[in-house]
Amino acid sequence: MSATPAVRSSPGFGGGTGRGRRSRASAVRSARYYLPAVLVFVGATVAWEVLFTVLNFQSFLLPKPSAIVAALQANWSGGRFPLLPSALATLQEALLGLAIGTVAGVAVAFASARWVTARGILLPLSVAANAVPIIAFAPLLNNWFGLLNPLSKALMAAVLVFFPVMANVTRGLVQVEPGALELMRSYAASEWTILRKVRIPNALPYFFTAMKIATTLSLIGAIVGEYFGGANSVLGRLIVNSASALKFDVTWAAILFGAATGILFYLVVVLAERLLIPWAAAQRGEG
Amino acid sequence: MTSDETPRSAVVRIAGVDKTFARGDQAVTKALEGIDLEIARGEFVSLIGPSGCGKSTLLRIVGDLIAPSSGTVTVNGKTAERARRDRDYGMVFQSPVLFDWRTVEDNVKLPLEILGQDAATRTARAREMLELVELGEFLNHHPYQLSGGMQQRVAIARALAFQPAILLMDEPFGALDEMTRERMNGEVLRIWEQTGTTILFVTHSIPEAVFLSSRVVVMSARPGRITKVIDIDLPRPRNEDTRETRRYFELVTDVREALRRGGGSLDDAATMDAASIDRTMAEGAVG
Repeated sequence: MSATPAVRSSPGFGGGTGRGRRSRASAVRSARYYLPAVLVFVGATVAWEVLFTVLNFQSFLLPKPSAIVAALQANWSGGRFPLLPSALATLQEALLGLAIGTVAGVAVAFASARWVTARGILLPLSVAANAVPIIAFAPLLNNWFGLLNPLSKALMAAVLVFFPVMANVTRGLVQVEPGALELMRSYAASEWTILRKVRIPNALPYFFTAMKIATTLSLIGAIVGEYFGGANSVLGRLIVNSASALKFDVTWAAILFGAATGILFYLVVVLAERLLIPWAAAQRGEG
Repeated sequence: MTSDETPRSAVVRIAGVDKTFARGDQAVTKALEGIDLEIARGEFVSLIGPSGCGKSTLLRIVGDLIAPSSGTVTVNGKTAERARRDRDYGMVFQSPVLFDWRTVEDNVKLPLEILGQDAATRTARAREMLELVELGEFLNHHPYQLSGGMQQRVAIARALAFQPAILLMDEPFGALDEMTRERMNGEVLRIWEQTGTTILFVTHSIPEAVFLSSRVVVMSARPGRITKVIDIDLPRPRNEDTRETRRYFELVTDVREALRRGGGSLDDAATMDAASIDRTMAEGAVG
């Protein structure tokens, strides 16, 4: 009992002077954690380059990393395939879709957590909707909202985002430790108080888990929506157009851009989680 | 505090309580049958019995967490529901039910927030309670940073924070190791003596029941009935030496025999406790 518990280094628990030492230690630890992955990635890229040069593979099958890097530099912001403006345009669609899908998903989650009738109607419908290969709707959305309208792409993203957000947040609101509800009942707490003090905080880690999936899905939705037509300065169109022009190094550069955008997007969510609910990561033993 | 004192006012009056759980159409489990019990102000009463004897059910009926099938529970002259709405109950469960998103201090403040007390009172009261359970240095820790015994002490501090008329404890130390459990027993007795709170305590440990209680209520299973009420006339204050007196062992034997006559076979934990006591007595450790 007298033993001091292991204080894990994580935001919020820094004890004044100890903080600098602790965060340096955790930086070393996380560097050590990511080192193998980075080494494998660099190694594989070098092997790719060397192997393709030695064996003299045709570049239209798979361009060499150096060719992709050259294409990145050449098409960074101008020309027929402007990578950065296209990625930003796609990101905007994805963000709009993420916002719409998240708001809708959270709203349905609250309704189905609060009212059993709503749960009875909404959950089976949502599960059924999720079983549909939603990508199939992309041409329709383009028809409904206009091929050139970013909203048609954003809605594709929103549809993909909706389900994981709704399902996770519902679980977080409903799956509360039974003892917690007994405790609140013993305080004669109202449903509203239970929602504010137990259900919503309990659902926050579930929400962030959903957001980590949803950011990626929103990018997928936007890019797939773009495949079916629309303005040319977006990542999806750029991929389709460069591939049909047999400029595969540009196609790969665009894919790389999409990947980097997705990873950045994900990291923003991780950072937000660390800042807003530091206890969740610390409890999992991370951070 | 022993029951041979002059009549005192009853805090809890349980009269003719039955509880049946309906499963499916016909199969009905009789969890409790004909329970009559009075608990006086400042008493420490333990409910002990084999698994499935309904002791936790009885505790939950007293706390108005579940309703009896028939019979009445009166607390301070009010119905159990009225008493719950008046916040007469402090509850401690086997699992501490602490909220990870709150610090230790904020966990203790939770019932005070629900009661609408002002911030200054909440802080003062929470700190006072955490001093009482000797966790004053852990105000800003989060629950997952504490050991199981410390978490349970936070739960006790929280239960006492709003000065409830009666403390209901449902196997609070069931998940702790034997050493920690004995230390926690000492803590509970000290807190009980300092605060004068009436305590209803569910346990399946014979030594724990005898060491703590002013009365031990022995129950049998299927249907759950009170088979015997044993007055524990061990002198107070009790301490570790109490556990080695002849009277203590006599009372432990009384409770064990009452449990055996009740027909309910003890579960493993209780049987092991009894066996270790036999061994201690045989080795001549009796005072």
